Amino acid sequence: MKKYVLKRVLISFLTLLAITLLLFILLQAMPGSPFNDEKLTPDQRAALDAKYGLDQPIVVQFLRYVVNMFKGDFGVSYKISKNTPISQLIESRLPISIYIGGFAVTLGAVCGLVLGIVAALKHNTGWDTLCTVISVLGVSIPSYVFALALSYSLGFKLKWFPMLYSAGEPFASSIMPSIALSLFTLASIARFTRTEMLEVLGSDYMQLAESKGMYGSKLIVRHALRNALIPIVTVLAPLIVDLMTGSLVVEKIFSIPGVGSLLVTAIQSNDYNVVIALSFIYSAMYIGIMLVVDILYGIIDPRIRLAKEGGN
Amino acid sequence: MMDEKEKERILSIRDLDISFSTTSGTVHAIRGIDFDVYRGETVAIVGESGSGKSVTVKAAMGILASNGTINSGTADFVYHRDNGEKVELDLLKTSKRDMRRHINGKRIAMVFQDPMTSLDPTMQIGKQIMEGMIWHYGTSKEEAYKRSLELLEMVGITDAEKRMKNYPHQLSGGMRQRVVIAIALACNPDLLICDEPTTALDVTIQAKILELIKDLQQRLGISVIYITHDLGVVAKVADYVNVMYAGKIVERGTIDEIFYDPRHPYTWGLLSAMPDLDTEDSHLYAIPGSPPNMLHEPAGDAFSPRNIYALNIDDRKEPPMFKITETHSAATWLLDPRAPKVDMPAELRARIDRLLKEEAK
Amino acid sequence: MESTENSAAVLQPDEFLPNDFELRGNTDSTHVDTNFASQNFWKEVRARFFANKGAVFSLIVIIILCLLAIFGPGMNKYSYSDQNLLEKNFAPRVPGLESLGIFDGNENMTTTTGSKLVNGYKDTGKEDVYYWFGSDVLGRDIWTRVWEGTRISMGIALCAAIIDMVIGMSYGLISGYYGGHVDSVMQRIAEIVNGIPRLVIVTLLMLVLPRGFVTIVFALMITEWIGMSRIARAEMLKLKEQEFVLASRTLGAKDFFIIFREILPNIIGQIITQLMFSIPTAIFTEAFLSFVGLGIPVPMCSLGSLISDAFNSFTTHPYQIIPPIVVLALLMLCFNMLADGLREAFDPKLKEM
Repeated sequence: MKKYVLKRVLISFLTLLAITLLLFILLQAMPGSPFNDEKLTPDQRAALDAKYGLDQPIVVQFLRYVVNMFKGDFGVSYKISKNTPISQLIESRLPISIYIGGFAVTLGAVCGLVLGIVAALKHNTGWDTLCTVISVLGVSIPSYVFALALSYSLGFKLKWFPMLYSAGEPFASSIMPSIALSLFTLASIARFTRTEMLEVLGSDYMQLAESKGMYGSKLIVRHALRNALIPIVTVLAPLIVDLMTGSLVVEKIFSIPGVGSLLVTAIQSNDYNVVIALSFIYSAMYIGIMLVVDILYGIIDPRIRLAKEGGN
Repeated sequence: MMDEKEKERILSIRDLDISFSTTSGTVHAIRGIDFDVYRGETVAIVGESGSGKSVTVKAAMGILASNGTINSGTADFVYHRDNGEKVELDLLKTSKRDMRRHINGKRIAMVFQDPMTSLDPTMQIGKQIMEGMIWHYGTSKEEAYKRSLELLEMVGITDAEKRMKNYPHQLSGGMRQRVVIAIALACNPDLLICDEPTTALDVTIQAKILELIKDLQQRLGISVIYITHDLGVVAKVADYVNVMYAGKIVERGTIDEIFYDPRHPYTWGLLSAMPDLDTEDSHLYAIPGSPPNMLHEPAGDAFSPRNIYALNIDDRKEPPMFKITETHSAATWLLDPRAPKVDMPAELRARIDRLLKEEAK
Repeated sequence: MESTENSAAVLQPDEFLPNDFELRGNTDSTHVDTNFASQNFWKEVRARFFANKGAVFSLIVIIILCLLAIFGPGMNKYSYSDQNLLEKNFAPRVPGLESLGIFDGNENMTTTTGSKLVNGYKDTGKEDVYYWFGSDVLGRDIWTRVWEGTRISMGIALCAAIIDMVIGMSYGLISGYYGGHVDSVMQRIAEIVNGIPRLVIVTLLMLVLPRGFVTIVFALMITEWIGMSRIARAEMLKLKEQEFVLASRTLGAKDFFIIFREILPNIIGQIITQLMFSIPTAIFTEAFLSFVGLGIPVPMCSLGSLISDAFNSFTTHPYQIIPPIVVLALLMLCFNMLADGLREAFDPKLKEM
């Protein structure tokens, strides 16, 4: 088990390093120098270069870059908000995005699980069909389409929820965006849970448990759920990534001041530093979540937790 | 074997008829089965894959697949409560809930074919054994733990303490099957059903498991239904044999009657197909063709297409059960007084004579 | 040999035929195995697929949408980039249907003060002008733009998906076939590439490279091949040990031949299924990119850019955003269902048995 964890941590670290390298290369390829001020004289420029270590060999620059990134020092923005440290821009926005994203994941996961379990238990009935329909729709309709639909129907026509985010009512104005974001997660998890549950319900050990005399909720909870839920942990990581992707557009639609809309603005205004900084953050988050999920999976599944000791 | 007078019939299945609805149509899997199990006896059900052996016992246990329908039949089961009171009920008419509560695990227990998949991979072995006792009898955890240790030792697992905390994937196939047997015996059932318990195991382990089951049976006095396709196994464990083909029992008798005086051409085929070191033939015998697809029920005798001893009537009408002795019957038109005298294949006859001679020594 | 018949099944004497009790003798039927008659693989697949109503329906819808994409833009006199600022924001108007009261150019405009009925055609006195899906904020015909956009979106998606398939499949097949160190290294690389969120890669690429059709295809390609390679590798691992591979090798076939001529045809089913699944992903990603402004440059349009353009006025002129959204959703839905149906057809899980 320890070996497993170590291996995953190492790979995660290497991956993040590889990404940082990629970002660094891109940064070098960007037109213009970091000091976008034509008013500087060559001497002043040289002095600044020396100060920021830009006259050092490229490898050293890279190492400094890595250290800075990991420290959270992302440099400054040039287009969005001139010379503001990027970390400052991100600071206020990150919690909002995480809040809405977290809400969406939880909502989607819980509802998806319930729907999937019910669909499997009531195989070939109305619930099953409902689950399938929702799964297919949820997976096919992009979150922003859904967001637009929600915004129009519940926000504009029915006026149940505010159409734009306002810090004054954080909860009420997060509902629609969270629901929109959660749809894909809900659909994917429902479908996956249903498949897993069905497989487990038809398995030999369920039959043995029944022949032992087990039935009802005890049977389902103790034998079926435990086995069905373990693989679901593995699909969480990719789903969270999709959520991050979806958040970009959803934040724009609902005017949410989160990192997603910051990224969109940065892209549209060609503010490279911000884009790169946010790319790093997203990558780090994704890799971190994957790592957590992998380790979690190793803990929950006894087959991985306790490697086979051998036979007779 | 027990005295005739002392024999109590604990399970009596009559006219069992089961169909399955599949996407390709209705499969008439069981077409009228009768058999009995007496206390302390081992009854074997023998047949090829697809003959319906497992379906029969699963129906009796109430764990038939959801697309199966019991069209008709009764399965009368007799057991005694702790106070000596005798209870008789038709398993097929009992609700699923009652079956699970009172019969499954408690009175009738089952050992399944594939030990690799029969155990819950995420639950410790000890817990899986204890579960039944706690569920049925409300046994305390400590009691159940002690008993589980005893059971593990009884089925031949050394270092039982350590094994209690293991998960199934940490055990070998043979050990897992022993655990399954331990689970089955946990609540002291009257009847143990073994559905091809050794098919998925190595031959050497097979022998050990058979020994174990036989030993347990003699010690605990339980009745056993043994399902298998391997006549060699039958020879070792069974008192009474039912030969099944295409959802019907084609021959039944005591083990001596079946092995030394088989009457149905299918039984001849099965016996001939058992490789024997002394056989002089240079080729191995196999029954030609394969079992019929029960989607399309054959008219007449289901075995007829593969039967080189078939009579013309076999293609038209199904043979009834012809009684040979009190305990021995076979469903073949060859036993009709009008049928020509047909003897079993020569090699088989030779082998049986050889065996009889050895017995006499 | 004593025998008595069981009482239950006594046959009347006249039910017996004179030759009943004679040996039938060997017939051909003893050796015929009727159980597992071999069926043509593709026949079975086709049969299973067409039994799946959802999948067939999706296929039909996709075909209709493709036909519309090919012929739609030419069906009326507008081109996708013609602007006519005098005719902007007209509601949909279809000759024939307008007499039924729908698609007659009327729209209910809801403002903060209330709603009022507006008809762009009547208001500007253009009685013989028709915009089937209405016109957008720059006076461009939405009908033409929607189908043009569908063309581009589908084109990008297909190109990306096919290139992905080729690359991913080859990568996975080779990695799986050679196994050992080659496999380890290749999989490590794939894992690292996979660790970078698709969003990040695509965004960064779009920053650096010039906007356009090729760039988007390239960006999509880089991220999607991993899924295909996984499937290809998994199938390869399953088939690699089988005897037909061994037979081929003993006959002297080179590795390349074995991989692409022996094993590949056996996994084509899975590959096609995965291809069908990657198309909606590509469509979605492209639409997404366009929505954030990284997509097709003007004046070309894709479904995503149409949605993006219409977003700003979706509360005032909702009809502008509906056609591209509906087409997008339909495409994604139908491709997903089609892919699902294909997967079931190629590898049915026998639920009863």
